[in-house]
Amino acid sequence: MPAQIPASMLQQDSDSRPYWEGLARGELRLQRCDACARTVFYPRAFCPHCSSDRLSWIVATGRGTIYSYTVAHQAYGLFAGDVPFIVAIVELEEGVRMMSRIIDAPRERIRVGAPVQVTFEAVGEDFTLPYFRLVE
Amino acid sequence: MGTPARAAIVGVAESDLGRTPDKTVLQLQLQAARVALDEAGLAFGDVDALFCAGNWSWSPNLMLAEYLGIRPKYTDTTNIGGSSFEAHVGHAVAGIEAGLFDVALIAYGSTQRSDRSRNRGNFTFRLTDQYELPFGLPTPVGAYALAATRHMYEYGTTSEQLAEVAVATRKWASMNEKAMMRDPITIEDVLNSRWIAEPLHLLDCCLVTDGGGAVVVASAERARETRKAPVWILGHGEAHTHNSIANMPDLATHQAAVASGQAAFAMAGLTPAEIDVVEIYDSFTITVLLTLEALGFCGRGESGAFVSGQRTAPGGPFPMNTNGGGLSYCHPGMYGIFLLIEATRQLRGECGPRQVKGARTAVAHGTGGVLSSAATVILGKD
Repeated sequence: MPAQIPASMLQQDSDSRPYWEGLARGELRLQRCDACARTVFYPRAFCPHCSSDRLSWIVATGRGTIYSYTVAHQAYGLFAGDVPFIVAIVELEEGVRMMSRIIDAPRERIRVGAPVQVTFEAVGEDFTLPYFRLVE
Repeated sequence: MGTPARAAIVGVAESDLGRTPDKTVLQLQLQAARVALDEAGLAFGDVDALFCAGNWSWSPNLMLAEYLGIRPKYTDTTNIGGSSFEAHVGHAVAGIEAGLFDVALIAYGSTQRSDRSRNRGNFTFRLTDQYELPFGLPTPVGAYALAATRHMYEYGTTSEQLAEVAVATRKWASMNEKAMMRDPITIEDVLNSRWIAEPLHLLDCCLVTDGGGAVVVASAERARETRKAPVWILGHGEAHTHNSIANMPDLATHQAAVASGQAAFAMAGLTPAEIDVVEIYDSFTITVLLTLEALGFCGRGESGAFVSGQRTAPGGPFPMNTNGGGLSYCHPGMYGIFLLIEATRQLRGECGPRQVKGARTAVAHGTGGVLSSAATVILGKD
C-alpha cells in the first residue's frame, strides 16, 4: 500500500486545477488543442505543438500501454517504505505519455507494450492519483 | 580540421575528492581554482569571466566571486545539470570570440556526500513537477532505469552489456590514485549487486562523493603565453530536449547528445573515428551506451555490442573514461568538469600508467538532468 501523501504537499495552480479536480471525480482529464486537434499533457496555457491558446479539456478513455517501466527497490522520503514498486511511463490512447505506477500486478507480467487501464487511488485525504492496472 | 581554434584550456585541477567533511564548497573551488590558474601561470587577478553552477547559493557566482576576490566582467551560471561545464566551455569560447574577455574560470564544488543532502525526498509538488513527483520515482536513477528498459526492449541490450562499462571503468580507476573505488570487479559482481531501480544495479550507478574542480579557458593569444602547452577547443555544442523523463521524446535515443555532438564535430571538422580518447558522462552505465550511439561512435542500438569484450578498458581499442569515471573515481553531483580535466591531462600526456599513448584528440561529453541536456567539447593539441 503506497504511503499516505499529505495534500498540502501539492501546489495546484491554474494550469493544473481542472486536472486534479477531474481525478477527485474519477476522470483522467487531458487537453485537446482546438486548432491542431492534438492532445496535450501535462496541462498548460497553450498548445506546445502549434502555439494556439485555444485548448479544451477532454476526458481520457484511461486505456494505454506501458512505454517503459522500472521497479524501484530504493526510494526516498515518503516513498521509502513503498519499495518495491513499479513506476511506468504509460502511452495513452490519446497519444500522450504520462508517468504513473502500475499496481496489483505480478512482476513477471509487467512488460513494455502491455495494455493497462487507469484506476483512481486515494493516496491521502483529498489527494487522488491516476495509477494503472494491467488489463486482463 | 575546422577553423583555427580561438581559445584553449590552459589550466585544470581537482580539489580534494571523496569525503571532505571539513571543507566548504567555497574552499573546494578555491583549492581547485588556485591550482588550475597556477598551472597556467595566471592569478585570480587575471580572471575576467566566471562560470559556475551549483545550488548551494541563490547566486553561486556572486558568492564565489566575492570569496575569491574577483570582479568578473562576464558571468554565467548556466545550470543544465552535469553537462553544465561543457556548456560553460562553449560559452567561454563564444565570449572570447566576441572579444568580451580573455581568461575564464570555470569552477565547481560540492559537499553532497558529507552533507547527506541527496535524496532527502518530500519536495513540494509544484509547477510541472506535480505530474511526476507524487509517484515516488527515485531520481535520477529511476529515470535512467526507464531509459534502460526501453533500450533493452528496442535493441535487445542486456544487463551484461551494461555491466561491461562498469567493469572496464573500474580497471581505469585502478590506475588512478585519486579514484575512490579501485578494487577490480567482474560482470558477475555488477549483476549480483543489489537492485536500485530495475534494470540498474548498484554497480550500474555512479558514486556519491564530495569534490570540486576548475578549468581555465583563455584566448588563443593568452594561451600561447601560459605555462603548459594549450589544449585547443576545436568544437563545442549543447542542447536540451526536456526536463522530466516522461517528456523525453524517445527514451532509447539521447537526442540532446545527437544535437550537441553533431554541432561539435562539424565545428571541429572531425569525425568520431578521428578521436583518440573519449570521456563520456557516466552517471549510470546506460548513460554511456546512449551517448556512444548519439555521438556516432557506433550505430543506433549497437552500443551494447560496442562495449562488449571490454573494448573500452585499458589496452582496448576504445579508451574511454580513463580516470575511472563517475562510476569509480568521483561523482560530486555534477560530474562534467572532471571530464574536461581528464581529457586535458590525456592530451598533455600527464596520465602516467593510464596515459593513452599518442592521444592528439579528445571528446569530453556531459549529460545532465534525466538525459535532458548534453554538451560536447572536442579538444586537440598542436
